Amino acid sequence: MKEFVLIFRHSNKSDSKPSPEQMQERMNWLGSIAAQNKLADKGNTLSLTNAKIVKPDHVITDGPYTEIKEFISGYMVVKTETIEEALELAKGNPIFKMGGNVEVREVVKPV
Amino acid sequence: MVEKARSYNELLPHLFRLEYAKMTAVLCRHFGLKHIELAEDIVSDTFLKATETWGIDGLPENPTAWLYAVAKNKAKDYLKRQTLYETQIKRGIRKDKFQPEQDYDFTQQTIADSQLAMIFAVCNPINSPEAQICLALQILCGFSVEEIANAFLTKTETIKKRLQRARKNLRNDKFQIKVLQQANLASGLDTVLKTLYLLFNEGYLSKSDDHFIRKELCSEALRLMLMLTENPLTNTTQTNALLALMCFQSSRLEARVNEKGEAILYEQQNRSLWSRELINKGNIYLVNACEGNEISKYHLEAAIAYWHTTPTDSHRWERILQLYNQLILIEYSPMTALNRAFAFAKVYGNEQAIKEAEKLDLPENSHYHSLLGYLYTTMNADKAVAHYTKAVNLTKSLSEKKTLKREIERLKEICCCRA
Repeated sequence: MKEFVLIFRHSNKSDSKPSPEQMQERMNWLGSIAAQNKLADKGNTLSLTNAKIVKPDHVITDGPYTEIKEFISGYMVVKTETIEEALELAKGNPIFKMGGNVEVREVVKPV
Repeated sequence: MVEKARSYNELLPHLFRLEYAKMTAVLCRHFGLKHIELAEDIVSDTFLKATETWGIDGLPENPTAWLYAVAKNKAKDYLKRQTLYETQIKRGIRKDKFQPEQDYDFTQQTIADSQLAMIFAVCNPINSPEAQICLALQILCGFSVEEIANAFLTKTETIKKRLQRARKNLRNDKFQIKVLQQANLASGLDTVLKTLYLLFNEGYLSKSDDHFIRKELCSEALRLMLMLTENPLTNTTQTNALLALMCFQSSRLEARVNEKGEAILYEQQNRSLWSRELINKGNIYLVNACEGNEISKYHLEAAIAYWHTTPTDSHRWERILQLYNQLILIEYSPMTALNRAFAFAKVYGNEQAIKEAEKLDLPENSHYHSLLGYLYTTMNADKAVAHYTKAVNLTKSLSEKKTLKREIERLKEICCCRA
């Protein structure tokens, strides 16, 4: 069994809260993955407002949305045999309806 | 004379159940858990004496007090002999282990404290959960080995061996039954709750078709849980949540079997048989459980069970589905996954739920097939029959087989009518 991190990205900067229906859809999606026993870590949602970037020479900037168009809104970890299976799981996330995307990356484990 | 004999024949097994565990717990507090067999011997001797004496002289005025007085004397006698042996025969070799001038105090408070300590002693992770449940039934609930074997659908010999191993482990462990302190109570409470949860489920969901023994298991779990709420150290929000869950589930015990002992599904149950009293108790414990911010799996399960007591609320399945979503994140189990899929069907319909259920991929699980059988009933009767048939072959419960077969017959008739 391999582990894959799903990284959620949003492209719109609006920090409007998701509607109850959207929340419910997301919870159903998460519950469905857990019900298949494919959830390794439910991960975290990352704050949009309390965010800074530390740069070389300890220069602090606001960020990350002043720098890039897409910001990471959260992540979680699934356990599947193949990356295709992980992609299949990612497809059910309601994030696509809001113009977001999901990056899927295998966790590299020490050999 | 006949009258007397009858009344004591009926009373003794009842008293034995009730008092055996209490007396053993109090004596163990004095002797230490290492000598649990000694405590049990004294208690058994006491009951033997009761059988002999009461059969001839009739029942004493206060049978419980009589039992405690006899047990007290037997314990004192034992210690007198022990002290004599230690001081006069083995003089100087070893210091006395037992305090001879102890008072065997069987007051309510001591009984409560001793039993609580005993619960913690028995629910020790040194033993497997199954072994802990067996021990709990024997030591805390006064069940015989045969009764335990009956409840587990296991051979008496297997249970006997399991108990012997578990007792040996307990003796070797250094648990101090005398000390009821915050530190060891807090660390042990998780295990205690888990064991009592399993004990309850053994009754509520058990493989055994013996309705009587199943109810006994549930009520024993409830009784022990109540003891936990009586001590401030163990009366936590998790304890209250678990107790609420047990109250809600128990409220339907009378409604879920018919006179023939066959299971009646939730939706066909006669709701007037649900115990209003237990539901109200459950509500109180659930409110207690919600003081503070902790949400444990017991909280979520109690909340789900709460919604099942409100069959007329139109939004309850949405709530239940969301609770299952949270529960499955805390702890995966095939049963939770299947229950979640059932709730999903109630909210989004069978067609969507079939997709959701088939993803679970539990081909060896009888409940998986009976769920799919149920979901296909309205859409594809052939597939429903195929799944129900698999479920019949996989389940070990006779009453479940019977219920499923009845459903298969009904579906086949519908198919024939259409053809």
